[in-house]
Amino acid sequence: MSFLADNFPLLRDAFLTTLSLAVLSGLVALVLGTVLAAMRVSPIAALRGLATFYVETFRNTPLTVVFFFLAFGIVYIDLQFPSRFITAVAALSLYTAAFVSEAVRSGINAVPPGQAEAARAIGLDFRQSLSTIVLPQAFRTVVPPLGSVWIALAKNTSIAAGFAVTDLTAVLQRLANANADELALVFLAVVAAYLLITLPSAWVIGVLERRLAIVR
Amino acid sequence: MSDSRVLFDLPGPRARRRQRLGSLLGALLVLVLIGLALWRLGSNGQLEPERWAILFDPSTNVPQRLLEALGNTLEVAAVGMVAATALGALLAVGRLSDHAWVRVPVVTVIEFFRAVPLLVLILFCFLFLPQVGVTLSAFGALALGLTLYNMAVLAEIFRAGIQSIDRGQSEAAYGLGLRKWQVMTFILVPQAVRRMLPVLIAQLVVLLKDSSLGFIVGYMELLRTSRSLVETLNFSFGPRYTFQLYVAAGLIYIIVNVLLSQLAKFVESRSRRSPKTTAAPTDLATGAAPGTATGPGPAGAALLGPGRPGEES
Repeated sequence: MSFLADNFPLLRDAFLTTLSLAVLSGLVALVLGTVLAAMRVSPIAALRGLATFYVETFRNTPLTVVFFFLAFGIVYIDLQFPSRFITAVAALSLYTAAFVSEAVRSGINAVPPGQAEAARAIGLDFRQSLSTIVLPQAFRTVVPPLGSVWIALAKNTSIAAGFAVTDLTAVLQRLANANADELALVFLAVVAAYLLITLPSAWVIGVLERRLAIVR
Repeated sequence: MSDSRVLFDLPGPRARRRQRLGSLLGALLVLVLIGLALWRLGSNGQLEPERWAILFDPSTNVPQRLLEALGNTLEVAAVGMVAATALGALLAVGRLSDHAWVRVPVVTVIEFFRAVPLLVLILFCFLFLPQVGVTLSAFGALALGLTLYNMAVLAEIFRAGIQSIDRGQSEAAYGLGLRKWQVMTFILVPQAVRRMLPVLIAQLVVLLKDSSLGFIVGYMELLRTSRSLVETLNFSFGPRYTFQLYVAAGLIYIIVNVLLSQLAKFVESRSRRSPKTTAAPTDLATGAAPGTATGPGPAGAALLGPGRPGEES
């Protein structure tokens, strides 16, 4: 056990890196995904097409490939992210936004049409009816799918390890190379750290779902 | 709200003019951005036809290597798909068992493998298993990791599919005097399979995408192959072909996945048309747009019930 105590600062920093990767990309993806979902139901055909193209592209691209392009590809158009961490946040949020958008859109579809018709009837325009009537109700129904997107995102942060971000998985590889005799313990610690994020999340999602569910 | 048009009035002539103008300006902006990117690429010399020709020139061995890599990707994905589906079905049966001593361990296994990142599982197979005497190649580690993770996800999909069948079906079957295994094999599974096929295919697309993690354990799939090609070519020509090879690998992935997703859409629209399955409430929404089965879309979410939304990785 002294081995874990020795490496505690390393593991703690890695845990915080993983957590902040997940939280930051989750927030960016939530905003971007909501905007994309709004674009997909908007009156303007060009916006609908653009958002559909984005979602289809990113849903069919492996996350590793997205990482790869942001890390090694965009230098060819003379762009560069300031740090590896920001590259990882960008890749994770761009990828996850496509899934968020699909979840939010399914929620928008689940709002009874009468709500939007009533909103239009009292003279709200598209932006007003979407932001004050439809989206607040949509978000309440999409807690479970959004929750599973969040948990998938928390697990997906592990791919950043392949692109020089010192997260839990990177520390796992490093410790595994240095301490071949303690390998089981290393895996145990890292898996426990991931569970420390995913299990409470699953619990919170369950509570939120029960609290926010709309009884119709 | 199956028709999103309830969200806005049909635009009048002025609004239509405004929208057309806006769309035109937006399109111009996008074109300018693309043009800018192409210009930067061009001024870096990345658009020279000679650089792209290498992708199609068999004498350089590049197309063969890429094809082989695609084969490797598909091979590991196929092994993972078959094994994960078989084990997932087995686990689902265990999870639906009447005996707690079967159900509890199976639930633990499923929940554990769903909660651990796939990459950590693959690294576990790659780094830890050889230590306890199980020697695995990169292929084996990748295939085993993909199998372990996806069998848990698929087990949940199967369970949800079986539980989504109307209870009257199994009650009627029990009433006829069938045994439990008969009810399962003759009544529930045939109906459940049709209903969960789109979600199943969507998850298999996810598995195919995830095989790109082989890059990190050094399996020669598309990404790793293009990397090694870049390294060999850099050795003889300098960094000339880097960008082209990575673009090629990315494009191949996208094309294969889009094809599989189209298959999922096709199967979904077919099963929606079929009179045997249309009676089922297939959605959490009143009517979702087709093609939302990939990822945690409404089809997945509905099938899996509110607490068990679809999975993606």
